Amino acid sequence: MRTRRSGGAPSGAAPYLFLLPALVLFAVFMAVPICYTVHLSLRRTKVSGLGLGKGSRTEVFAGLDNYTAAIGDGELWAGWLRVLGYGLMVLVVMLGLALLFALLLDSAHVRLARFSRISIFLPFAVPGVAATLLWGFLYLPSLSPIRQVLDVDLLGAGTVTFSMANVAVWGGTGFNMLVLYTTLRAVPRTYYEAARLDGASELQIALRVKIPILLPAIILTTVFSVIATVQVFTEPTTLRPLTNTISSTWSPLMKVYRDAFVTGDVYSAAATSIVIAAISLVLSFGFLRVVRDRAFGEG
Amino acid sequence: MRTPRLAAAAAAALATVLAAGCSTSTGAAPEPDAAAAQSSAPAGPVTLTYWTWAPNMDKVVEVWNEAHPDVQVTVSKQAGGDDAAAKYLTAAKAGNPPDLVQAEYQMLPSFVAADAVADLAAEAAQAKAAFSEGTWGQVTLGTDGVYAIPQDSGPMMLYYRQDLFEKYGIEVPKTWDEYAEAARAVRKKDPKVFLGTFSSKDPGSFAGLAQQAGAQWWSISGDAWKVAVDDAATVKVADYWGGLVKEGVIDDQPYFTPEWNKALNDGTLLTWPSAVWGPGVLASNAPKGKGKWAIAPLPQWSAGENVSGFWGGSSTAVSATTPHKAAAVRFATWLNTDPQALDLLIKEAAVYPAATKGGELLTEAPEYFAGQADFWQQAAAISATARGFTFGPNVNVTYDAFKNAFDKAVQEKSAFSGAVRQMQDATVADMQKSGFQLAQ
Repeated sequence: MRTRRSGGAPSGAAPYLFLLPALVLFAVFMAVPICYTVHLSLRRTKVSGLGLGKGSRTEVFAGLDNYTAAIGDGELWAGWLRVLGYGLMVLVVMLGLALLFALLLDSAHVRLARFSRISIFLPFAVPGVAATLLWGFLYLPSLSPIRQVLDVDLLGAGTVTFSMANVAVWGGTGFNMLVLYTTLRAVPRTYYEAARLDGASELQIALRVKIPILLPAIILTTVFSVIATVQVFTEPTTLRPLTNTISSTWSPLMKVYRDAFVTGDVYSAAATSIVIAAISLVLSFGFLRVVRDRAFGEG
Repeated sequence: MRTPRLAAAAAAALATVLAAGCSTSTGAAPEPDAAAAQSSAPAGPVTLTYWTWAPNMDKVVEVWNEAHPDVQVTVSKQAGGDDAAAKYLTAAKAGNPPDLVQAEYQMLPSFVAADAVADLAAEAAQAKAAFSEGTWGQVTLGTDGVYAIPQDSGPMMLYYRQDLFEKYGIEVPKTWDEYAEAARAVRKKDPKVFLGTFSSKDPGSFAGLAQQAGAQWWSISGDAWKVAVDDAATVKVADYWGGLVKEGVIDDQPYFTPEWNKALNDGTLLTWPSAVWGPGVLASNAPKGKGKWAIAPLPQWSAGENVSGFWGGSSTAVSATTPHKAAAVRFATWLNTDPQALDLLIKEAAVYPAATKGGELLTEAPEYFAGQADFWQQAAAISATARGFTFGPNVNVTYDAFKNAFDKAVQEKSAFSGAVRQMQDATVADMQKSGFQLAQ
């Protein structure tokens, strides 16, 4: 009673003091950069004459010009399309494998569970650039042991997306498997016992008991993976020097990088990155909205 | 009741932080800097930072530091290439560039256009005599300003596998027609071997080949830029290589990849049209080829001609905002014109100096080219035939367009002249968007 009342009373600055570190960090590393990006996205440089010499280049207000240019740029949408194809492959294969591995590891009969769990998880510990370089060397025609068995150009126009998705699946399956697996371990064993008493086989337990229980975790991993896919940058950027099938605008985020740091137009890069942020918000919240009732409604 | 109050407090806290962040970043930062500069200039030694990617530059700078206790230079080793330029432009925009920076000639106009490098016309006048007119033109951009001190240059030549040329019975090609014939001959003798490869990742190499053919991608007429990336000379070069790639007689893998290294090493790639800095690359990427490579002038477009182009080469520029401009220019001039410094640049940094005196200092052939005793004499002769062109203020846009367009053309085996046109369109569109004055 007492504590509750004193907690409710306006007892001074304590709560805000506790909040302060979080607020400061949020402001410095999130709010300020975002505000600055919005600010930049509304501006552009204006050059006069030859553009050489002092003061020939000024920053002016551009209104929404950068946004209309970003939205009207066919290359950005072509990039989205490429990322969509890549993302579908990654999502389905990676989450499918993660689910399969989690269920297998959780089943009573599996041997070497610890070893398998660690070896599946291990690739996640390899940094993306290193993983991509590693695979890149495996894809190169005259260096690759794969190519000696399989006569396919793994970095060709038709195959490079698969090759890239393969790197992402290799690196990401372990993490997602671990999320699903830990959720499974938290489930009381009595559920399975009850199912077994009712005559359910292991397969039926997996399909009818475990997967429904896992649904919130599956949704969580899907949202994380969607966000990671929308932001795909490391794999194509690292593979790019090895092949002529990946352009500097292959994915939307690569285009932002190109605009900001290669062609030196931070203003349109800022506008494009805000468009990308909006799209990934819509995608992840849209997905959550669609599955919300199924995942969290039934309990 | 509770939530709104909390939200208000949070918003207030956020606003305070934002305001504090803004005021410190806009108001306070530049002032102590300028004040310190003024007070420290006469008192303690001047300290300069220098961004460069040349190897062992710290050893060269050490010599300067010992002799000049009043001007101490600190080398900050950078990654080379396009990233270095992007990093410098970003630092300059953020207001904390280094005092001195290594700048490739083709990036210098972008630096000037971004107001990131200082005009050294007053301080660097006496350095002019140390360079040839063509080299000096690369740092004046054809204007009255001087935007850097030239450091090294990259005249192009043909690197070829002497031993394998003999094995396949090929003469060193004197014209590009002969080069094409040789490419076909090699394919017939050994289908695993290519005479050369066209790299869709190296716009600098393509620019050099276009210069050799007489291209003028940018020029200044009055107060306007003229852009002609798709001029007749460039289209000729592009279609020549496009034809060879389409015919399948030369390879289409990019330079500087593990694949390319392997081909150089195992003798399945016989030539590399490259620049005078090639020995360093070959020595590290193709150690097995030691003593087997030689140089010759680039093949010519018509027999009897003798011209070459430039691939790469760089200069030392001074940032527009440095408080120690005079000291920085003094160092840059010493580094690139003083005989002792040139000697160090050659020996320690493996640089082919742009200063005319530098040629005399190069006597012993690089170890990798032990078989070609007159390597430097040949290089000097070739260097005298190289011609460049004025680079524009958005080379990075043109080069990015090169990579994307030629990647695609190589992949689809479509006409390279189409890719050249895409470069032109991207360049012009970008300049129009920024508001540059364009001549038609």
